[in-house]
Amino acid sequence: MSLAKRIIPCLDVDHGRVVKGVKFVDIRDAGNPVEVARRYDREGADEITFLDITASSEDRQTMVSVVEQVAGQVFIPLTVGGGIRNLEDIRRMLNAGADKVGINTAAVSDPDFVRRAAERFGSQCIVVAIDAKRTGNGSEALHWEIFTHGGRRGTGLDALEWAKKMVDYGAGEILLTSMDRDGTREGFDLELTRAVSEAVSVPVIASGGVGNLDHLADGIIQGKADAVLAASIFHFAEYSIEDAKRCLLSKGIEVRLA
Amino acid sequence: MSSVAVIDYGMGNLHSIAKALQFVSPESTILVSADPDTIRHADRVVFPGVGAIRDCMEHLKHLNLIEVIQNVSKKKPFLGICLGLQALLESSRESGEVECLGLFRGSVVRFENSLGADGSPLKIPHMGWNAVLQTRAHPLWSGIPQNSRFYFVHSYHAETTDRACIAATADYPGPFTCALARDNLFAVQFHPEKSQTMGLKLLRNFSVWDGRS
Repeated sequence: MSLAKRIIPCLDVDHGRVVKGVKFVDIRDAGNPVEVARRYDREGADEITFLDITASSEDRQTMVSVVEQVAGQVFIPLTVGGGIRNLEDIRRMLNAGADKVGINTAAVSDPDFVRRAAERFGSQCIVVAIDAKRTGNGSEALHWEIFTHGGRRGTGLDALEWAKKMVDYGAGEILLTSMDRDGTREGFDLELTRAVSEAVSVPVIASGGVGNLDHLADGIIQGKADAVLAASIFHFAEYSIEDAKRCLLSKGIEVRLA
Repeated sequence: MSSVAVIDYGMGNLHSIAKALQFVSPESTILVSADPDTIRHADRVVFPGVGAIRDCMEHLKHLNLIEVIQNVSKKKPFLGICLGLQALLESSRESGEVECLGLFRGSVVRFENSLGADGSPLKIPHMGWNAVLQTRAHPLWSGIPQNSRFYFVHSYHAETTDRACIAATADYPGPFTCALARDNLFAVQFHPEKSQTMGLKLLRNFSVWDGRS
């Protein structure tokens, strides 16, 4: 037996409620985050990721309280992303009970922030989230560009180069989201996932586009991801985490069965 | 009422371990503390930690905790977690050579760059749920089946020459020591406070352990 591949349900949280957007619009309510997290834990989730999509900073306190409540009842790793802009934001989330934080936009505007965060809190709790979109007309070599602000703003940065740089700066893990696939239910961008996974020495979490359980297996087998993240297929109880693990197991992938 | 001191020396977030201990042992008082007297008077001691070993040893020195740890580790039920296992060895090769507490013979080394099970380069840190093979019986393994999975996140691991002290191994890609035990000392490389049911079981076992192995 060896290290298991991880299944990570992601909860997009807005004003203290779980929501799921399709390409970051058309938001549907999917419940109370504490209850949803407890259900995933019971079903055997390997970690849980919360993405705080609340825009205003006064509502950020709501997220802190959600994390506190979950951490008192759910004893698996918890990651919080969204709105992490400075060391104080990280400290507050770790103190609330998060084990890792996801840094996205703030890493692009100030890459050195990642270095400072890793030095202060350790690489093990610094996840750099990368939102990447395909560029070019398809005739040239594959190329992906980093986007920020929930996929609205291009940066001109090459995704592979950026991932490598973030690992050099101290990222302990990469959360890789395909903006082309997010919300489409067409499956991960496997070429992107594989390219990044092979380019960096730290674990890569594939994200964006999962519509069925086979997509999760594809992300691991073809995309070479160390972990797979999905939101909507779990929220509306189409599939349980346990269904997902059984599917991976049937394809020869090592998983943790709770 | 029994008490558990969680040594708070500035190496990482101790809320998770404190919450997990309180969850499995509501009857215990959990004291997150850097105060030598509090630690000395507690019935049980947990020595957690994440981060860099050099900072860890410097903080312990600065807070006058080295002697306290040497002292309580001789008599009380004592649980080291993650960096709290690594610091119990004689030295660590992380950031040069760092002298550690020397409660177990051997040193701490980095995972070597090599190929994983599927032929791709081994990812470091070793992060996620791995199967733990118990290599000896121990009260802290009570009720925990062989090869139960626990959550790991680390880039360095212990290499001890005290073979008899090895309490468990895990494979990444070859076997490495992930738990050490001797008398009243028990230490794990994984995070029981993040390892769901089996991790809570281990913490519960610790909360009632009399220190005899």
